[in-house]
Amino acid sequence: MSTAFDHPEYNYKVVRQFAIMTVVWGIVGMAVGVLIAAQLAWPELNFDTPWLSFGRIRPLHTNTVIFAFGGCALFATSYYIVQRTCRVRLFSDTLASFTFWGWQAVIVAAAITLPMGMTSTKEYAELEWPIDILVTLVWVSYCVNFLGTLAIRKESHIYVANWFFAAFMIMIAILYVVNNLAVPVSLTKSYSVYAGTIDAMIQWWWGHNAVGFFLTAGFLGIMYYFVPKQAGRPVYSYRLSIVHFWALISIYVWAGAHHLHYSALPDWAQTSGMVMSLILLAPSWGGMINGMMTLSGAWHKLRTDPILRFLVVSLSFYGMSTFEGPMMAIKTVNALSHNTDWTIGHVHSGALGWVAMVSIGALYHLIPIMFGRKAGEMYSTSLINLHFWLATIGTVLYIVAMWVNGIMQGLMWRAVNEDGTLTYSFVESVEASHGGYVVRVIGGAFFLTGMLIMLFNVYMTTRDAKREANAVAAQA
Amino acid sequence: MLSTFWQVWIMAIVFGSMIACGLLILYVSKGQRKDETTSETTGHTYDGIEELNNPLPRWWVIMFWGTIVYGFLYIGAYGLGNFDGLLTVKVDGEDVTWTSTNQWKAEVQAFEEEIAPLYAGYLATPIAELAKNEDALQTGQRLFKSNCSVCHGTNAMGAQGFPNLTDNDWLWGGTPESIKHTLMYGRQAAMPAWGTTLGDEGIADMTEYVRSLSGLDHDAEAAEKAAPKFQMLCMACHGADGKGNQLVGAPNLTDEIWLYGGSTKQIKFTLRNGRNGKMPAQADILGEDKVHVLSAYVYSLSNGE
Repeated sequence: MSTAFDHPEYNYKVVRQFAIMTVVWGIVGMAVGVLIAAQLAWPELNFDTPWLSFGRIRPLHTNTVIFAFGGCALFATSYYIVQRTCRVRLFSDTLASFTFWGWQAVIVAAAITLPMGMTSTKEYAELEWPIDILVTLVWVSYCVNFLGTLAIRKESHIYVANWFFAAFMIMIAILYVVNNLAVPVSLTKSYSVYAGTIDAMIQWWWGHNAVGFFLTAGFLGIMYYFVPKQAGRPVYSYRLSIVHFWALISIYVWAGAHHLHYSALPDWAQTSGMVMSLILLAPSWGGMINGMMTLSGAWHKLRTDPILRFLVVSLSFYGMSTFEGPMMAIKTVNALSHNTDWTIGHVHSGALGWVAMVSIGALYHLIPIMFGRKAGEMYSTSLINLHFWLATIGTVLYIVAMWVNGIMQGLMWRAVNEDGTLTYSFVESVEASHGGYVVRVIGGAFFLTGMLIMLFNVYMTTRDAKREANAVAAQA
Repeated sequence: MLSTFWQVWIMAIVFGSMIACGLLILYVSKGQRKDETTSETTGHTYDGIEELNNPLPRWWVIMFWGTIVYGFLYIGAYGLGNFDGLLTVKVDGEDVTWTSTNQWKAEVQAFEEEIAPLYAGYLATPIAELAKNEDALQTGQRLFKSNCSVCHGTNAMGAQGFPNLTDNDWLWGGTPESIKHTLMYGRQAAMPAWGTTLGDEGIADMTEYVRSLSGLDHDAEAAEKAAPKFQMLCMACHGADGKGNQLVGAPNLTDEIWLYGGSTKQIKFTLRNGRNGKMPAQADILGEDKVHVLSAYVYSLSNGE
């Protein structure tokens, strides 16, 4: 398409495909998110339609933002980074193409089956078994392609970003397969092979590591490339990356039990889950320190570079939510926060503030390169800046509303009168949450608007790139 | 109890991971210059990215060690697998090992002890008299909202299938004693299904007859056809005059109150398929002292000033 590519020897086609779909799926997933947030504030918006009801499209929202938006961002950036830091083309173009089309097929299948009510009922693993098999095939191809590229690298060492990508994809493969083991009874229905408490423990072993490996380790890989690249500064500390990498991936695996505090799970498993979650604080912060300190000597760039601003603010939200997480894993805090909106606020300070913002920053850096321009040279920098503010304000509105709601709910549920009766009935806490729910819709709408502006900016960038390419072709 | 294998397994994983983290910090800190920044790189360049090798931030290392030490102390207090932990709580006046169940028991017992005198006083007061005590009524109302409102509504006015408790119509009796009995032990009403016995035409006729009992619009001819069957099939519970029987919870059919609706369609449904009204027993859930206060509240709803 263009002669301006800096590295024609790399497979940029698959990166370009995944990068564009990241933006598209981000908009779809977040639009569904705004709709379900609005349904919680105004239940009439369920429209008495089964396939538009909250219970069915909430999993559609989570699957789309995590696996479609987050997944495409990880595919795009990991394929891009591994080629550039290993100085070699992808191991296999066929596998790359299969992972792209296979992953899109998974997403479309999810978007059809979830609203129809086909679900395995496991959170973040709702897809039924035929789709699970396709996911597994795509994921194994991804692992082979990525690890294969590492194997044929021309660089003597493996860059830290690639450690994180490798750990993320191997662990997700194991977790996904083990958690989704099921006995099919028909094409659209299966039952988990696990029962009772064990099922719950396996589910949260997966559930928390979908956060730990998919949404943390993978996105740390993104951070380790794009922060030094965009800041033009060396990574702060190699030895810090070693400690926090190994500690993070070995401890994260055991933290899932904190989702089951004060449940039928044996007390010792809850205890070890809580201890592991607490120890996770330092390894998690290692990544934030390494990213933040990489900027020393380049802080002035924040004034003029909204892409760097996205990356730095994402690190701040990362630091904040990885502090909040271990705190919420402490049983005493959990007794207040569990089952309240605080959990949802915590997830979104990670999902919007960290995952989405670091992806958006990376995409603004990478998309112009994919279309034959210089890094970060989008159609409009002021639109990136506008997007930055919409995203930041949206995230803050969202998480503050959920903090207020969550702590209020926790306090209302435990409030007891002198005569031993509960001070509030459950419905009173729902009523009191309405204001927070409305603020959440507004916050979500801010974030979504930012994504729409991004889509416009990306479209204009690709259009200009085509024009320039045509002009070059005409001159020649 | 875990088998020895699993006990060793989980201890190896939990303590092993914690110790490994400590060793990792020690190993990587080796040879780093103390707390001064460096401009030396590792010598590798990846796509233009270089890496410095700054020392681990001191505060961060301290925090890391802090969480590891805390982890060991916490497990020491709360236990791991077959190891019980050193922490105890008071249950039934005895110090017992901490478990989440024992913690719950201890908290509930301590709280129950605190409020026991209040409820003991209420329990000693007859319900009719308690229904005039405003503090007791407030407690009763709170108990009602948390435990009864799901079916009977926050205003106690019921819903289809769930009786209104504010009128003076009683399925199982409205004396203080019968109300308390209802709450303590629950009630199970059983309206049999007459679909096969009566047939479609019989159901239609009986519906007209039932409507005639409370003076609603009805087809007099059809009602007349059903009258003998009523005396045969329905009288046992609802009485010859249709005024019901509180001993079996059979509703009065001659008033304007309809537990399951009084439209032709609703009555037909009730006759054809029967009904199974169920009031769950509260004796084991709330205990007699709270039920006593609740009874006074329910009694007050239709016997107020």
